[in-house]
Amino acid sequence: MTSATLPVYTKKDFQTDQEIRWCPGCGDYAILSAVQMVFAELGIRRENIVMISGIGCSSRFPYYVNAFGFHTIHGRAPAVATGVKIARPDLDVWVATGDGDSLSIGGNHTIHMLRRNVGIKVLMFNNKIYGLTKGQYSPTSEMGKKTKSTPFGTTDRPFNPISLAIGSEATFVARSVDVFQGHLKETLKKAAAHKGSAYIEILQNCNIFNDGAWTDVTEKEARSEHVVQLEHGKPLIFGKNRDKGIRLNGLELEVVTLGNGITEADLLVHDDHDPRPAYAFILAHMEQRPGFPTPIGVLRSWEDVPRYEDVINAQIQDVIAKKGKGDLAKLLRTGDTWEVRA
Amino acid sequence: MATILELPNRRREVIDRAVIRFCGDSGDGMQITGSQFTNTAAMFGNDLSTFPDFPAEIRAPAGTLPGVSGFQVQFSSTDVFTPGDSVDALIAMNPAALKMNLADLKKNGILIVNAESFKETDLRKAQSTSNPLEDHSLDGYRLFAVDLERLTRAALASLGLDAKSMDRCKNFFALGMCYWLYNRPLDTTNRWLQDKFKNKPLLIEANRLAMMAGYSYCEATEAFQISYEIPPAKLTPGLYRNISGNTALALGFVAASQQAGIPLFLGSYPITPASDILHELSMYKDFGVITFQAEDEIAAITSAIGAAYAGCIGLTTTSGPGMALKTEALGLAVMTEMPLVICDIQRGGPSTGLPTKTEQADLLQALFGRNSEAPIPVIAPSTPGDCFWVALEATRIAIKHMVPVIILSDGYLANGAEPWRIPEIADLPEIPVHFETNPEGFQPYKRNPETLGRPWAIPGTPGLEHRIGGIEKQEETGNVNYEPLNHENMVRMRAAKVERVADDIPPAIPVGDQEGDVLIIAWGSTYGPITAALKTQRAAGHRIGHVHLRHLNPLPKNLGEVMARFKTVLVPEMNMGQLSMILRAKYLVDVQGYNKIQGRPFKQSEIEEKIQELVG
Repeated sequence: MTSATLPVYTKKDFQTDQEIRWCPGCGDYAILSAVQMVFAELGIRRENIVMISGIGCSSRFPYYVNAFGFHTIHGRAPAVATGVKIARPDLDVWVATGDGDSLSIGGNHTIHMLRRNVGIKVLMFNNKIYGLTKGQYSPTSEMGKKTKSTPFGTTDRPFNPISLAIGSEATFVARSVDVFQGHLKETLKKAAAHKGSAYIEILQNCNIFNDGAWTDVTEKEARSEHVVQLEHGKPLIFGKNRDKGIRLNGLELEVVTLGNGITEADLLVHDDHDPRPAYAFILAHMEQRPGFPTPIGVLRSWEDVPRYEDVINAQIQDVIAKKGKGDLAKLLRTGDTWEVRA
Repeated sequence: MATILELPNRRREVIDRAVIRFCGDSGDGMQITGSQFTNTAAMFGNDLSTFPDFPAEIRAPAGTLPGVSGFQVQFSSTDVFTPGDSVDALIAMNPAALKMNLADLKKNGILIVNAESFKETDLRKAQSTSNPLEDHSLDGYRLFAVDLERLTRAALASLGLDAKSMDRCKNFFALGMCYWLYNRPLDTTNRWLQDKFKNKPLLIEANRLAMMAGYSYCEATEAFQISYEIPPAKLTPGLYRNISGNTALALGFVAASQQAGIPLFLGSYPITPASDILHELSMYKDFGVITFQAEDEIAAITSAIGAAYAGCIGLTTTSGPGMALKTEALGLAVMTEMPLVICDIQRGGPSTGLPTKTEQADLLQALFGRNSEAPIPVIAPSTPGDCFWVALEATRIAIKHMVPVIILSDGYLANGAEPWRIPEIADLPEIPVHFETNPEGFQPYKRNPETLGRPWAIPGTPGLEHRIGGIEKQEETGNVNYEPLNHENMVRMRAAKVERVADDIPPAIPVGDQEGDVLIIAWGSTYGPITAALKTQRAAGHRIGHVHLRHLNPLPKNLGEVMARFKTVLVPEMNMGQLSMILRAKYLVDVQGYNKIQGRPFKQSEIEEKIQELVG
């Protein structure tokens, strides 16, 4: 059925004939393009890719990716995907979701998928708004935000998606940005290479209902001052002149300026393989403090945890090895039986 | 007729049936005692039917009325269809149990009570103002007040157990007494003890000794002047085992997986009274069965949908409240035309309702409980053993027509047990599976003209990459489509597909008379009392037929025509008249409902009285 040689794919091979129905200027286009390019480069067969989604603008994604696709119901994509992955661990299962779908209605499935470490790659488009229902606040909207459903401002404290994922024992947590194509593609490739669950928050602009939500991060002029790019084994440096760094002082992070006796050697060196969640937690909360940049890249990549679907299937193989393959006739005759004669 | 054998010391009476009920505190081990008696009766060759009845609380305060747990079994040398309307022998471990159960004991029936548990505090807990052992309220019964604890402790004295552990064996003392009373061997229970307490030899010995002591007590004290013998029943020849409805469902799905040649995936969230199916299936890893205890009811069904999409038999098991949570996902399975089986083990409702009591009130929920037009085939088992066959039938329909199928069992079938003739593998139905592999002209919603099912095109198949989802589909291509006429066509197509299931379900043929005064139409666990009542009422000269519906959607094609042959149609149900509503709406027949909503099955006598009322 499967031929030995892998076809050479291009981005075009992952495009479908369906008319794309996102608003012009939506950040989703850039994400779609990056995903299609990355799929073509991953070295996996198209028929083995399954793209599963819930409900929301982001969840229309599967219709536009030429692979197997399943557009399910609101919030449930991780649960459907878990069923697929347990049944067929050999498939590459991706979930496209948003801040409402993944963190509000689907919060329960998200945290349980992550703690089980099911080998699913989750693309969570965070635009801090409900787009498809036309502009209500989401669980990532900043407190006090005025939206259609909160004319006097929201009263909810928002979720920090990265922090939630780490708290759920996620083994791979990353953040990228819709318009940072190179960075996004690299991040997707790292997620694809990760064995277990991968949770990628993609900062995405909804130009209709929450335009400019990420301007701080994306605006060309300010970008370098407001973003720190995490790279494993490298110190945390940012700034237009790459003269600012982040230093750890006890459990506190500090922004320092290089020079005047402060060198790169004083800075925090990024270690995404650290199995302890404390470090990733500290990074996750960095941008919420004045003067701190937003970290992008892989915050945590912990490879030592077995994949859920492998554990389940290994247990089945184990039992078969010990007991032999089940014999139905024998099973039906288990326990006390008696013969009624004619 | 009873035959009385005169034996040297005692009389031994040969009778054709007996109903015995063990009742006590939830901590007294009444369910185990009852099932042990049942297994022994089954191994002896009696036909039987059981009714375990226990509280929703794991341990309500000891000795109180809400904490009473009971187990009833009718065993016989002839056909048994119900656990029995009233009880020949009642074993009550405390005043609360006595109070809750005495009304069901026949006049002059055997009453064994634990005499030591009738102290003032025990009576207060049972809200009894006087001691029934002293106030002559039990005069109409054959009362045996036995010091169960004292006698059990004496029997176990040599084992060096503490008092509490010894007292825990008193149910086996009572069990031993019942074995003597009905002339039963102890070896089936001894074998069970060996297996159950494999690594705890002291517990095996303690329970064995307690049971022996109970048996010997009856033998030695001459308390009982009479014992009973109930010869084996003349069942259809074959190999038998005792089986409960939940076990039968689990085995049925393992069989379905083997017959279909694809793995079974169960996504489930624990809920009474369905959890035993999850427990049972989680043992069968050697059959490649995958069980996934999901984070909630919604993940249970959606993971099963995912597994079905990936080529497994997708199964989810639940009860009413869980069914409510699965509603949206059921719609997704209808829309994406996914082969899926959903078991609803009904219990009393609404909301949390009566978790451990039985009811049939989810029929309309199963038929219609989804947004918009979302028809689903619904089938119902009629006896515990029938659950096995219904599991196979549901799987067959789901795969043949690419459609979710709902099984409506209930608490009474789930926990009740009966002797079950074990089928030969060759007698099991075929369940052919075809995964589409040919990309030539492939369309995800191109239908099989006979079944109207769409192709099962699983991920990993080269050239079949396609997209499906909950948004309305264009016929054939499966592309998103909002056109008015396409929507109407697809709604009608999904309904027509479910109607096609009727092509291979057998016509309704009444048991009993083919025309006449009363046609009883029923479904599910009411089968037993109706069958028993039908026998007596036909013997009394009434012309009665009985159609017990296995397929509730679609209904057998000839049902309307069968109804027309009878003067009256009677529909007994454990709900407010849900099947009645369907029959009235569909056939414009003025059916008579007979409805009981008490969390308990119908009694045979209740059905008999209703028939008599109708035939005048």
